[in-house]
Amino acid sequence: MSQSTQLTDTGQLKHFLSIDGLSKALLTEILDTAESFIEVGERKIRKVPLLRGKTVVNLFFEASTRTRSTFELAAKRLSADVLNLNISTSATSKGESLSDTLLNLEAMASDMFIVRHSQSGAPHFIAESVTPGVGIINAGDGWHAHPTQAMLDMLTIRQNKGTFDGLRVAIIGDIMHSRVARSQIQALNTLGASEVRIIAPSTLLPPEVESLGVNVYHQLHSGLNDIDVVIMLRLQRERMQGALLPSEQEYFQQYGLTQEALANAKPDAIVMHPGPINRGVEIESAVADGTQSVILDQVTNGIAVRMAVMSMAMSGQTQERNALTQGA
Amino acid sequence: MFDQQATQDLLDELAKSLDQWLTKKSLAGFEIIGIRSGGVWVAQALMERLNINQALGELDISFYRDDFNRKGLNDSISPTSLPFNTESKHLILVDDVLMSGRSVRAAMNELFDFGRPASITLVTLIDLGRRELPIAPQITGAMVTLADNERVKLIGPDNLEVSLYS
Amino acid sequence: MSIEILNGHFLNESGAWKAFKRIEIHNDLIAHIDPSSAKTCQHSIDATGLYLSPSLTDLNVALCEPGYAAKGSIYTETHAAAAAGVTTVCCTPETDPVNDSEAVCSFIERAIQQAGTIEVLPLGALTQGLEGERLAEYAELKKAGCVALSSGMTPFKNLSTAKRCFDYAKTFDMSVFIHPMEPSLYEGSAHSGRISTKTGLKGISHLAESIATAQLIMLARESGVHLHLAQLSCKESVALVKRAKDEGANITADVAVANLLYTHEKIVSYNSLYHCLPPLRSETDRLALIEGLRNGVIDAITSAHRPHEAAAKKAPFAQTAPGMSTIEHLIPAARQLQAQGELALNDFLKAMTQGPAKVLNRKATSIVEGNAANLCLFNPDQTYKVSAHTMLSEGKNSPLLGQEIKGKVVSTIYKGRLVYQTRD
Repeated sequence: MSQSTQLTDTGQLKHFLSIDGLSKALLTEILDTAESFIEVGERKIRKVPLLRGKTVVNLFFEASTRTRSTFELAAKRLSADVLNLNISTSATSKGESLSDTLLNLEAMASDMFIVRHSQSGAPHFIAESVTPGVGIINAGDGWHAHPTQAMLDMLTIRQNKGTFDGLRVAIIGDIMHSRVARSQIQALNTLGASEVRIIAPSTLLPPEVESLGVNVYHQLHSGLNDIDVVIMLRLQRERMQGALLPSEQEYFQQYGLTQEALANAKPDAIVMHPGPINRGVEIESAVADGTQSVILDQVTNGIAVRMAVMSMAMSGQTQERNALTQGA
Repeated sequence: MFDQQATQDLLDELAKSLDQWLTKKSLAGFEIIGIRSGGVWVAQALMERLNINQALGELDISFYRDDFNRKGLNDSISPTSLPFNTESKHLILVDDVLMSGRSVRAAMNELFDFGRPASITLVTLIDLGRRELPIAPQITGAMVTLADNERVKLIGPDNLEVSLYS
Repeated sequence: MSIEILNGHFLNESGAWKAFKRIEIHNDLIAHIDPSSAKTCQHSIDATGLYLSPSLTDLNVALCEPGYAAKGSIYTETHAAAAAGVTTVCCTPETDPVNDSEAVCSFIERAIQQAGTIEVLPLGALTQGLEGERLAEYAELKKAGCVALSSGMTPFKNLSTAKRCFDYAKTFDMSVFIHPMEPSLYEGSAHSGRISTKTGLKGISHLAESIATAQLIMLARESGVHLHLAQLSCKESVALVKRAKDEGANITADVAVANLLYTHEKIVSYNSLYHCLPPLRSETDRLALIEGLRNGVIDAITSAHRPHEAAAKKAPFAQTAPGMSTIEHLIPAARQLQAQGELALNDFLKAMTQGPAKVLNRKATSIVEGNAANLCLFNPDQTYKVSAHTMLSEGKNSPLLGQEIKGKVVSTIYKGRLVYQTRD
């Protein structure tokens, strides 16, 4: 699936929709390219001319300030022109179909859409509907995937741990509704992590979750034994419909990352969180601000990873266009 | 083209030329920057011969090339590393093979994004002529003429050798 | 009208394919099979290499009229059915307005007359507006032509409503066709399992259907009504039906052809053409459904034909309209299941002739002198490419578009009249 949609005939990225279907080599290439872009943010002039003259459209059907602004910053550091569209407030709420919205946007000659949508599979639908030549980057679709977040998390892990070999990673929280978790699990398994664990109550686990390639734990303390990387997920209150948990207090008691709980993991374990953090619900302030937390690194890496993915996808679109015109 | 011994001899010549230039110009101070990867190896070889013990800058021009719209990104990209301030400095920019001048154009654009240098001196090991842009090196190791389909490449990082391929 | 069919094989009463030289149809009856002397006929069909079967009955088809003109009409969809070898169709009450009154039913009957092809038996709504709350006028619906009552793809608000519907239907001796749905669990667009987890789509657990199956069976047995469970999709439902039948309950069941052919693997790339309700479930479910057909637990196969306009399928998966345009590809489906070694062609045909007849409490048509001439002549080996222009249904929402399939209906005869003849 994702193979033919996301990659050109020569295996280069032309859309970035999900981690699924991408090889270890390609994921590593994204991380390596991102490393180069980190340096750009430290220069006097924090720009490279790669996407100069290109138009990147932030197509956010779900509200988000953080992700949208990192994509905007990433695009601008690549010298692209950026257009921000909050569709939640305009066209589709007036009944215009997604298909029609896309047609109108294409008339504005964009080169790339960054898409966040509440429906799983929306970016795939968009990638298959737009005219060829427009790259689609998934900024999060429903419960399905948030691949750029996963990649910046992988970069953070690589920076702190050096390698994925032998690494034991625990992801804690609302897996059922988490697109971040699904992408992280895929990335960790593809990059060769030794074990991926998820720790959550049954109500927050999707059906047949082991099929994703994880070991399931219901107890936090035993789940954290021997762990090198702890990833906390935000308890997504707005996504919960109906009785999945009795209260935040009980959740914090059982699954909140306190210093006491963290002591079960390896002494040099790092603590990550995709943000925004609910202090006192999934994580204790002392841990979030503590020495083992790398949460702020994740933020810096976010811009670099997005720059990498956008340039690689733009590059892939270019290659494909050239291959077509040459073949013609 | 130039076997290992001949390459070493060429580097000796180049070092001598650079030394003469530096003496003539008597610059108060300068920074040396190599264009990855060949330019870096040449710069290292020059610094060794001239006993220059300062940090070497390594410039990766992948993000400044003018063929992104035709060819996309390079296969191998590594971060540019300039461990010094370039603002108002004299820069010695080193490359291995100069032909169309586009790499040097890209390198200069990138350097200017770090700050405004006082001057840039271009050193190249091999000059193939065939310029497509008005770029001229101040210091050259050897001028070489090739057939249309031939190219040269510096092989390294150890046992440097200028090799010919088509 | 008189038709002669020459040199083919016909399916006889004992279920064997018998070679024939000549079958004569006069007016609306099968007049002669291999008569000693031949009478001249107005129309001649060369059936060399072709198979003649009783025509098919489809228990669950959306004809989209009144109210869904963008998707299709009684005219277009009955013509599509005829092209599939189907001469009797039960149309769902899920029209707009819902077929819950004599007025709507009469409108439908008039449109059926005007279309003038095959037999259409309307299913009346079990509740007003199919809202699952108040009884519809069953007696009036029966008088207006409804052959049974159906809840379509809508649930009962609660079990007491279901019980009252059953009791009332029994009063007028009407069967109830219900796809079992537990409303508090039946939310989502995919089967709840490995694939829904991977794709991040909300999954519908088998429990949403199997729990309702168990409840409806108990209610039906208590009331004595004939319960027909429509479009079963999971192995748990099949097991419940088997047990009930073993205990002598008056229930029947059908399965949609899509659930026999495909599993949830098909939706992994978000192809909305495979978005169906009930959803395509796992391979274990698919095999259990086929097994259910083989051992008679499931009585009938239906196309569950749901035509949609292109825009209805052009959106992110969960926002697309569920349903597939399936009716024109029934014989190819039969051939595929046969080729996979899973279901004999004759069993498929039986599930679309004798099975539906049993569900409707009618006599099954068979190819015997003196019987009504309702026939389907098909070429089991002809391959052809499915394309939007050759499909007769308004709904081109078939995942087979662009594919080569094997098995083609050549002619369809209803009451002795040629209602479909292939052009190639």
